[in-house]
Amino acid sequence: MAKQLHPTPMLDQLESGPWPSFVTGLKRLAKDKDYVVDLLGHLEHSYETRKGYWKGGTVGVFGYGGGVIPRFTEIKDEKTGQPVFKDAAEFHTLRIMPPPGMHYDTATLRKFCDIWEKYGSGLIALHGQSGDIMFQGCTTENVQPAWDEINEMGFDMGGAGPAVRTAMSCVGAARCEQSCYDEALAHQKIINNFLDDIHRPALPYKFKFKFSGCGNDCMNAIQRADMAVIGTWRDNMKTDDELGKKWFAKHGMNELINDVVNMCPTRALQVKDTKDVRKDAHISAVAINDTQSLEIDNKDCVRCMHCINVMTGALGPGKDKGATILVGGHGHLKIGATLGTVVVPFMDLKTEEDYDKLVELAQNIVDFFAENALEHERTGEMIERIGLVNFLEGIGLDPDANMVNCPRSNPYVRTDGWDEEVARINAKKKAAA
Amino acid sequence: MAQPQMRKPVEYFLDNKKFLHPKLAANYGNWKYHDRPRPGVLHHVSNTGDEVWTVRAGTQRQMDVHTIRLLCDIADQYAEGRVRFTIRSNIEYIVSDEAKVGPLIEALEKNGFPVGGTGNSVSMVAHTQGWLHCDIPGTDASGVVKSMMDALFEDFKKEEMPNRVRLSTSCCEINCGGQADIAVIIQHTKPPKINHDLVANVCERPAVVARCPVAAIRPALVNGKPSLEVDEKKCVCCGACYPPCPPMQINDPEHSKLAIWVGGKNSNARSKPSFHKLVAAGLPNNPPRWPEVNAIVKKILDTYKADARPWERMADWIERIGWPRFFEKTGLPFTKYMIDDWRGSRYNLNASNHVRF
Ligand code: HEM
Ligand code: SF4
Ligand code: SF4
Ligand code: SF4
Ligand code: SF4
Repeated sequence: MAKQLHPTPMLDQLESGPWPSFVTGLKRLAKDKDYVVDLLGHLEHSYETRKGYWKGGTVGVFGYGGGVIPRFTEIKDEKTGQPVFKDAAEFHTLRIMPPPGMHYDTATLRKFCDIWEKYGSGLIALHGQSGDIMFQGCTTENVQPAWDEINEMGFDMGGAGPAVRTAMSCVGAARCEQSCYDEALAHQKIINNFLDDIHRPALPYKFKFKFSGCGNDCMNAIQRADMAVIGTWRDNMKTDDELGKKWFAKHGMNELINDVVNMCPTRALQVKDTKDVRKDAHISAVAINDTQSLEIDNKDCVRCMHCINVMTGALGPGKDKGATILVGGHGHLKIGATLGTVVVPFMDLKTEEDYDKLVELAQNIVDFFAENALEHERTGEMIERIGLVNFLEGIGLDPDANMVNCPRSNPYVRTDGWDEEVARINAKKKAAA
Repeated sequence: MAQPQMRKPVEYFLDNKKFLHPKLAANYGNWKYHDRPRPGVLHHVSNTGDEVWTVRAGTQRQMDVHTIRLLCDIADQYAEGRVRFTIRSNIEYIVSDEAKVGPLIEALEKNGFPVGGTGNSVSMVAHTQGWLHCDIPGTDASGVVKSMMDALFEDFKKEEMPNRVRLSTSCCEINCGGQADIAVIIQHTKPPKINHDLVANVCERPAVVARCPVAAIRPALVNGKPSLEVDEKKCVCCGACYPPCPPMQINDPEHSKLAIWVGGKNSNARSKPSFHKLVAAGLPNNPPRWPEVNAIVKKILDTYKADARPWERMADWIERIGWPRFFEKTGLPFTKYMIDDWRGSRYNLNASNHVRF
């Protein structure tokens, strides 16, 4: 039996309504934890006064410089200076990296519960927006033993502070027909390469990797990752006539025109009589009935995924698969939010060596970031400050027309290196041919 | 005193193969297509002919161990002991037999976990930490989300929106919650109040000065002590100075207001990914249920639902009807605060004769 609950009239209102309530969960924990009784009091105080009362500090585990988010209460008794909610005066969080795709067996989850019931508040967030399993609420004293047990289970701590951060990958190849590479493998190889940079923060600021298997970008990588790996393909879309006809029988011509053809952003689709479908290496087509087909000009397709999403199975990503790499997505601060920019339009991701090349590229990018970003500057901000060309030269990538929406429109540029640059590019083209 | 022997961490990152449902492991990278037999259920078919059904349910994200154990009990009894979580904290159960889907749904709903969040539904809100755990929150996160999902419960369980709807909330302008079709973010509306007695002791002043995006902070001597001052005309109330300098109090129970943004989209489908845009501000920070915020979110969603065409995301819909009509249809006022004046703002202005009436 724990001590008596503080009155929480405001939080109580969050127990009504049909959605599962975190307050009910906290109250269940409070039945045998003084820690959570005081946590509820602490939170209710925030609701009453509309202010937050946690301040940071430094708490860590042996061997690592980051991964624990320390929190100390600021609600103190005016006279004594003592914490008002003394049992919850410390409320630290352990960030733990999830397996790629966030798959679990129940034995693992139950073990997490046992450990966190023993050492922590009993509150676990699956997951934080950064991807981590957030073991929320622990005293300084219990951080190390809780961590030891979690680590012995085979889980490692995530990043915090100016470090490589915990990465995220979509369900991808494990259960998604749109997947264009092995997201989990890429995730695993890259993270294993950067463990030191995750655990011992020494970068100018945070650096995030995210892995999505296709342009649907379920992991929000283009917006939120410093390096986004987005699956794509180079050859013709896969088609399946049987599923195409099945789709059409169910949805009909109006939906085909309005929802598929009309919504292709590059007008790569046309409805044709099957006999009139163009014969060309980059044209593919899917039958919709015995006489008509949907024709796809794959040279015009930008792999946006729309038609594939609508006609799943009838259309699918091609066989020549890999990824587009974008750099510099991040949230607010200095220059406002930025999206990632294409730096590698296509990278093969088929063989083990291809994945090693991805790791190599990641290492080059992080090294350049470490050396050239200002303190507290994300990659997106750095690239805006120095210009994309300097960044590309820094990591040894050639410019490509896929990196821009359009060429420069302002005339303020020195072009005195023009001839050499043209000669260099032409020589390179010739060597590759 | 001798240090106790400390255990060295084992550094590695996992292979997920051992956590996969056996059918997912067996068909890895070999899936052919999927369909949705009903809201909350995905049916995937492999090139080998194997099939799996996924049942998706909403959770409260911040879960107590009893809730997690209950979800595990359900998995062990009905779903072959495997689960996965989505980026929006929904739980997914994977089963290899269609007959198991019905009982699984029943068990989940009986225990209070709504089944839904697939396809054209409003999925669970991506959210941050708020008063429960962050050190700079202007509002709560779990509470805002709970009250929002109570209001959008039916929209989670049904697939009746034109396309997917993704929401996010953030408890400060740093916006850890991210971009979304509709994002609710608290904004400070007054410059920080400086507690000059503390600055000299706890702030690394050059770092704070460098952090300000508009160079509004200057070193100053106050009462004979080194401190900082803020040019209040320049300050955009971003709060960036607070983390490195907590005496620069930015949170304010009254003047921190909620704002609503729409049209963010991370997928590349049809249009390129886009950021959300400001459509309402100045909403009161009104716990525990934030009714003013929920009313506007609901109004925007209802308008989108009634007006957008199939497959149009919020951004695609607004692109078609135009912003003037968005404001007209939702009844939200367009104010001068929505005209961008930050870097690159001219790209957001209308340089054409394209005008909507
Ligand atoms: C003391 C300051 C900060 C604290 C304590 C903090 C804490 C956190 C936490 C706990 C998360 C995970 C959220 C969750 O799991 O619910 C998170 C995510 C995030 N934070 Fe912060 N944060 C801080 C400062 C910042 C700053 C300054 C920025 C931006 C410039 C930022 C940007 C983000 C972003 C974008 C995410 C989500 C990221 C993703 O998944 O990519 N945070 N932060
Ligand atoms: S990003 Fe693409 S491959 Fe990955 S889960 Fe989403 S749709 Fe599937
Ligand atoms: S995937 Fe290609 S063909 Fe299909 S809608 Fe997108 S751009 Fe058009
Ligand atoms: S949005 Fe702001 S207050 Fe909320 S978790 Fe992120 S940093 Fe903290
Ligand atoms: S709130 Fe932002 S703009 Fe204002 S002084 Fe602080 S850092 Fe500068």
